Amino acid sequence: MRIFDPHIHMTSRTTDDYEAMHEAGVRAVVEPAFWLGQPRTSAASFLDYFDSLLGWEPFRAAQYGIAHHCALALNPKEANDPRCAAVLEELPRYLVKDHVVAVGEIGYDSMTPAEDTALAAQLQLAADHALPALVHTPHRDKLAGLHRTLDVVRESALPPDRVLLDHLNETTVKEAKDADCWLGFSVYPDTKMDETRMIGILRLYGPEKVLVNSAADWGRSDPLKTRRVADLMLASGFTADDVDLVLWRNPVAFFGLSGRLALEVTAPDPTHEGNSILRGGE
Amino acid sequence: MTHPHAAPAIPEAEPAGTTPARTPLDVLHRHLDTHLEATARVWFRRALDEAAEHPGTHGPISVWELRLAEAGRRCGGRYADAARVLILRAARADPESLARVYFQGTAEERRAVLHALPHLVSGPDALPLVEDALRTHDTRLVAAAVGPYAARHLDAHAWRHAVLKCLFAGVPVDEVAGLEQRARADAELARMLGDYATERTAAGRPVPRDLHRVLTLTGLTDPTALTDPTAVTDPNAPTSTDSGAPTPDLHRTDPPGTGGSHRPAHPHGKES
Repeated sequence: MRIFDPHIHMTSRTTDDYEAMHEAGVRAVVEPAFWLGQPRTSAASFLDYFDSLLGWEPFRAAQYGIAHHCALALNPKEANDPRCAAVLEELPRYLVKDHVVAVGEIGYDSMTPAEDTALAAQLQLAADHALPALVHTPHRDKLAGLHRTLDVVRESALPPDRVLLDHLNETTVKEAKDADCWLGFSVYPDTKMDETRMIGILRLYGPEKVLVNSAADWGRSDPLKTRRVADLMLASGFTADDVDLVLWRNPVAFFGLSGRLALEVTAPDPTHEGNSILRGGE
Repeated sequence: MTHPHAAPAIPEAEPAGTTPARTPLDVLHRHLDTHLEATARVWFRRALDEAAEHPGTHGPISVWELRLAEAGRRCGGRYADAARVLILRAARADPESLARVYFQGTAEERRAVLHALPHLVSGPDALPLVEDALRTHDTRLVAAAVGPYAARHLDAHAWRHAVLKCLFAGVPVDEVAGLEQRARADAELARMLGDYATERTAAGRPVPRDLHRVLTLTGLTDPTALTDPTAVTDPNAPTSTDSGAPTPDLHRTDPPGTGGSHRPAHPHGKES
């Protein structure tokens, strides 16, 4: 089984997770830029983070045979801090890099005017750089947030079939599908979506344009949730081809819209002396 | 892709065994011209022309910097290092520009800048980039940092630590340019290698094979001294039989003038 986790924050995870993910079949990930838990106070803090997503993190992933790509953006929450908003001016020079396969995560958190501005500006950046966009839907006031998100997408230069709406659930999936967007579901231990509900949604709406992710981060989350969904799909009567569509071909098709997806990974054998991460901890 | 393979520390330039840092740029250029696929070749030639016509800094991002960023997806990972080095030459990148694109670059771009240094920078102005790469824990960058530019300009202390870092991180010492010349008769390097071997042996861990090689290159090994007294008298040090470590066939070599006294080994030192 091959698995592509289209939304996972590996910066917050250990090398043990990489090892377990590879064991479970994960061969590719996309890491979208997000909030670190502790608020940033300057644009420079974002730049170090972006550099890490384009340097250290892909190196770490390659040690475990996992191809790492990223989506870069000013996240919705920190779009509200004027000290951070300056990073929008730095984004263009990052969005041309190899390994950047989307603009994201963008979207709404508290639905403020500052978030309106950042979302519209970054959808335009995605259009300018021929990148798709990973759009987070808010956790609070979700359905209203989805409506507002769809309005901004429709007004933007980015066609909806280049937009992945993430953290969808039973109340938001239908409108997102009707809008012709790609459909993202974050399977979490407690919140967002769970495996069983995910099966229900797949039965109702089908596997087309559906992406399942773990969204694993520094919170209570599980980087193997993608595999759990795949296993439950098979146990529930979905075919291996359905699983491959949802867990591999759909994310490959969506992020492939960037023209920058490189799924070959060059890494040393885990026992090779070149593995500095293994050796570094000896 | 189903399984990890191949070592990343060696840049994927052809012919095998060379790197863009050690290959004359005209040879690299001919190589790319004959090996790139048609679309990539058209892109590459245009990128060189643009860089030559519009060097320097202009606009929010200079066109050659844009080409530098996208070289991976345009030329493929196998040829990206060489393409980037040649774009840097075409743009006549000076140390200031090289520093900017290094610090604004992805790991791949940084590696290409490091490879470009011996071709483009005659003095030590670009040493901060090498020092930055040597501070990382990314073996691709460490390997690129110990090329001919480091051999030429890195001071003795930093160079010895770079060699030791290669041994720590598993970067093959074949990547270290000028190894034979700089290691020869370097008593301090021999002392550091001996101490590291003692530390590894005392911890019951294997001594990297490359360490023996570098120690031999110093020419300061003494074949009559087969054991390290500090290692064998340390009650906490496991023997080679119970640890599974290779026989400690290494021995300490004292720098000239130390009167043969050994510094104590630090078998419980932290490794990284």
